[in-house]
Amino acid sequence: MNTPSLMIFIDACLINNFVLALFLGLCPFLGVSTRTETAFNMGLAVTFVMLLTSVSAYLINLLLNAIGAPYLSLICYIVVIASSVQFVEMVIKKYSPALFRALGIYLPLITTNCAITALALFQTSRGYDFIQCLAFALGSGAGFILALMLMSGIRERLELSDVNPILQGTAIALMISGVLSMAFMGFAGMGR
Amino acid sequence: MANDTATATPDIAIAATSARDENLEALTRGIWRENPVFVMLLGNCPTLAVTNSVINSLAMGLATTFVLVMSCMIVAMIRDFVPKEVRIACYILVIATFVTIVDYLLQAISFDVHRALGAFISLIVVNCIILGRAEAFASKNSVLKSSLDALGFGIGFTLACLFMGVVREVIGAGSFAGIPLFGPDFAGWSIMILPGGAFFVLGSWLLLFNWLAARRKRRPA
Repeated sequence: MNTPSLMIFIDACLINNFVLALFLGLCPFLGVSTRTETAFNMGLAVTFVMLLTSVSAYLINLLLNAIGAPYLSLICYIVVIASSVQFVEMVIKKYSPALFRALGIYLPLITTNCAITALALFQTSRGYDFIQCLAFALGSGAGFILALMLMSGIRERLELSDVNPILQGTAIALMISGVLSMAFMGFAGMGR
Repeated sequence: MANDTATATPDIAIAATSARDENLEALTRGIWRENPVFVMLLGNCPTLAVTNSVINSLAMGLATTFVLVMSCMIVAMIRDFVPKEVRIACYILVIATFVTIVDYLLQAISFDVHRALGAFISLIVVNCIILGRAEAFASKNSVLKSSLDALGFGIGFTLACLFMGVVREVIGAGSFAGIPLFGPDFAGWSIMILPGGAFFVLGSWLLLFNWLAARRKRRPA
């Protein structure tokens, strides 16, 4: 695995966007994307947890391989993600109560965000080294923010338009995601 | 979900017949009326990601059902011993254990399907349906009732995956579970197999159900 880190970043951000191409982290994508500002804050929090997770998953993996117990990886990742989310929550609460209030319930919910678990699993199965892991985490986070911002921008406009009542809510959100996903397929030619 | 946990009365107080009714109710509720995917919109990620063929959808549904039933059974068994503060962490550990078992089992049974599903087997661990049922139902109800409830929701999830998988494979590849349906001249709509198609198909199913519900409301009885 000698893919340059920049390529990994672009790949995770655009070509294999976590939300629109790999269907990871759809719950916050559909749930938090009604207002642009909340969407951006959510994206930042997720990116930060992704970075933490990526570093800890890398270290856990070294440890587990050293003691010859790779089958424990999934359980360890989950525990580490849960505790790092808890840690982030405590730090934000202590140093910036305003941001803490703005993020609200979404912060603890990051624990069950599949994008984060998938990040740990992917970087292990692809055998990334430390720098590549960081690039991967940053790229995925940037991709997540991008998808969330695009979606929330569209949904803010959508509130003003006249949608057929049976299409309102999740149905129209899914249709829009489909169109966005098709647009992102245009990036597929950039890889390899 | 708050409603059904609130109405669940202690087992002792219920007469034998109504207990059976309640068990049946626990089983059937998840299949259609509170279908996790179409009605409650939980666990969307695997429903969209792996349903590009019928076989994959079925495998994903069955794997999730197994994890759901086993985890809810264990959670219901240990519900009296787990301190309230650390319950979520305990549930996650139980779920992660069964997901690891399923991961290795599937690898042994069919390596091809395992490769097609990829990371999504491991990702069952963060499927909100499982943690949701463990927290909302299994942590407050008897082992039998929790297992039935889990089985119902598992079947509901499998059905939803099949709904998606059948539409996407028949339109996208012109085949059903690998068997060609329309002869060699059929040009599949490849968009249905690609990520965009998944969003469209789920959106269309929701559209159909909304339409049916709206029609039923307009014409009562």
